[in-house]
This record gives sequence, C-alpha cells and structure tokens, in this order.
Amino acid sequence: MAKLDLIMFEEEYKLLHEIISRLQKDASAKVVFLVDKNGQQIASAGDVKSIDATSLASLTAGNVAATDGLAKLIGEKEFSLLFHEGERDNLHISIVGKRGILVVIFDQNSSLALVRLRVKKASKELQEIFDQVEQRAQKESDGGSRFESPFSEITDEDIDRLFGD
Amino acid sequence: MTFINYASREINCKIVYYGPGLCGKTTNIQWIFEQANPDKRGKLVSLATETDRTLFFDFLPLDMGMVKGFKVRFHLYTVPGQVFYDASRKLILRGCDGIIFVADSQKARMEANIESIANLATNLKENGFDVRAIPYVLQLNKRDMPSAVPAAEMERLLRFRGEPMIEAVANQGTGVIETLKAAARQILMELQKN
Repeated sequence: MAKLDLIMFEEEYKLLHEIISRLQKDASAKVVFLVDKNGQQIASAGDVKSIDATSLASLTAGNVAATDGLAKLIGEKEFSLLFHEGERDNLHISIVGKRGILVVIFDQNSSLALVRLRVKKASKELQEIFDQVEQRAQKESDGGSRFESPFSEITDEDIDRLFGD
Repeated sequence: MTFINYASREINCKIVYYGPGLCGKTTNIQWIFEQANPDKRGKLVSLATETDRTLFFDFLPLDMGMVKGFKVRFHLYTVPGQVFYDASRKLILRGCDGIIFVADSQKARMEANIESIANLATNLKENGFDVRAIPYVLQLNKRDMPSAVPAAEMERLLRFRGEPMIEAVANQGTGVIETLKAAARQILMELQKN
C-alpha cells in the first residue's frame, strides 16, 4: 500500500509560515491558512483567533474534495481555484501542488485581483517546499535516511494513558 | 495518512466511521462529543439534511493527550450511510488512518451491513488502501434492540480479518469509547511500525 505519512520538520514549517505571513501582508488579507487536502491545518497567519481553524480546515478539504468530484464528472482534472463572495468577507481557495490548499480570507481592504496575483507567487514558493517534504519522505521510505522516529517505541501503556486508564 | 508536525509537536490522525444508513455512526460521534472534556474537544461539525440525516460528513476533532512528547489529535469523521451518497463516501475516505465499521444488529439490516462492507472495500481500494491491511474495528451497534442478531452470528457474517469486535449501544454510550480505543491502538501501533 502506498501510504506516506506527512512529516513536517521545524525548518520546513518555518519556511511555509514565512511565505504565508508575507502573503497575508502583501495581499492585505485578514487571515491565510495552509491546509492539507485531508483536512488538517498545516500553518496559518493573520488574525487566526477570530476563526475556528480546525473546522475551517476540515470543511475546506471537504469543499475541495467535492469540487474535485464535480470536475471529474464533467471531464476536468480539477478546478484549481474556488472563490466564495460574502457581504463582508470573501474566501479564496486554491490548490497548491498535490496535497496543499491555500485559503485566503479578505474583506474590502483588498481585492480579488490583488489576492489572485499574490497567491500565484506564494503558491510557487509553497510548492517548492512541499516538493522537498515529499522527496525527503520518499527517501526515508526507501530506507535512505538515518532519521529515527520517536514513535518507534510506543507501548500499550502509552495508549492506555491517552484514554485515562 | 498521519500528519506529524515536529514544529508544533502534534500527531493528527483521521478516523472514519463507516456503515449502512441509520446504523449509528453520528450517534457514536455525538456521544463522544457530549462526554469529552470541553477543553479537549473541538466543535462538532454536521453537514446534515433537514431531517438530520448526514448529507456529507460529521466532523469532531479530539485532543487525546501526549505520546512521546507529542500531542495526539484525532479527527473523527462519519460518512453518509445512504446508498446513493456513494460519491461523498469515497471522498471522505481520502487520507484516512483507520476505519470503524458500525454494523446495525437488527435482523432486517444484516444485508445492508454486508453491502456496506463490500462498498467500503471498493471505496478504500479506489483511494489506494487495502481493507485487509488498514487499521479496522467492527462495532456491533444497537445490541439492545429486540430483533438483534446474536453476536456470534454477526461475527460469522461480518468479521473477515480477526479485527477487534465490540458490542455497543451507542445512544447509551455502551462500547463507544472501547471502539475508539481499539482503533486508536491500531493506528498508533502502525506509527511504531513505520
């Protein structure tokens, strides 16, 4: 079974965070989230406290997955961009590479054109980091790394403790 | 696909509750939501129809505590059980780490249980998973129903790989946590192997 876990190290995370922080400022956006296609939040920038980020990540991934399904139904590979316009806030969702989703929330202080422009640039940079993460994961799964997982010694007791036994 | 974040020292795992319509998938998650310490649980998101049938999914994030210095977080999802929502079911299985199959113990639903397991196998395969290899738990729900089929008979019909089998009455909470724990154990042990 081809199943590679997504493992993110501090230095990669820092780079991703820098890129989306810059995007948030350059695009005059309220919040920017980077989400995994499976619904997990990877990084965020801006006024994140005002939003339930976990639910946002899960619903965004669901939304993208459903839209992917729609694309396939009409013979498209994917729709790489979704835009939702609200009375005050707007949501710009775009696909980054194979596994990332970039969510930009913005209001009248910005514009769709500016967001699109900045997202395009940031996406390229994010894509490079994702490629690095993937290449490293692939190398490790081929046995080319000496990286020792801290989970190689998980015991039954560890799991019992999680459930308060 | 587990997401291990070394920067925030978090492990995120996705567990999907699967099973035929009205078998109690949402009830499982609702019970966990009601019982969990409010500090440990996120918001329960339900994309349901006006009659409270799951339309796309229910979602509950749960903070479990620490393992080896990492915060363990489970993302619990349910799928819509009704046969015609198959496209949605397939999407939700994307990137899952483990499956909890909720079987309805009522005699009249036995065929629906069998069909749903076959449907799960097909949909997992389309997502690149093998139903015989992925962490998997069988829950026999609604054990309190008068027409409940004996557990041994259900085991013969539905258990196919020596998976943990747990009897439950989800609306009273019986067996709900045990089921989640059995899935968690397999998923975390899988991390150990990798």
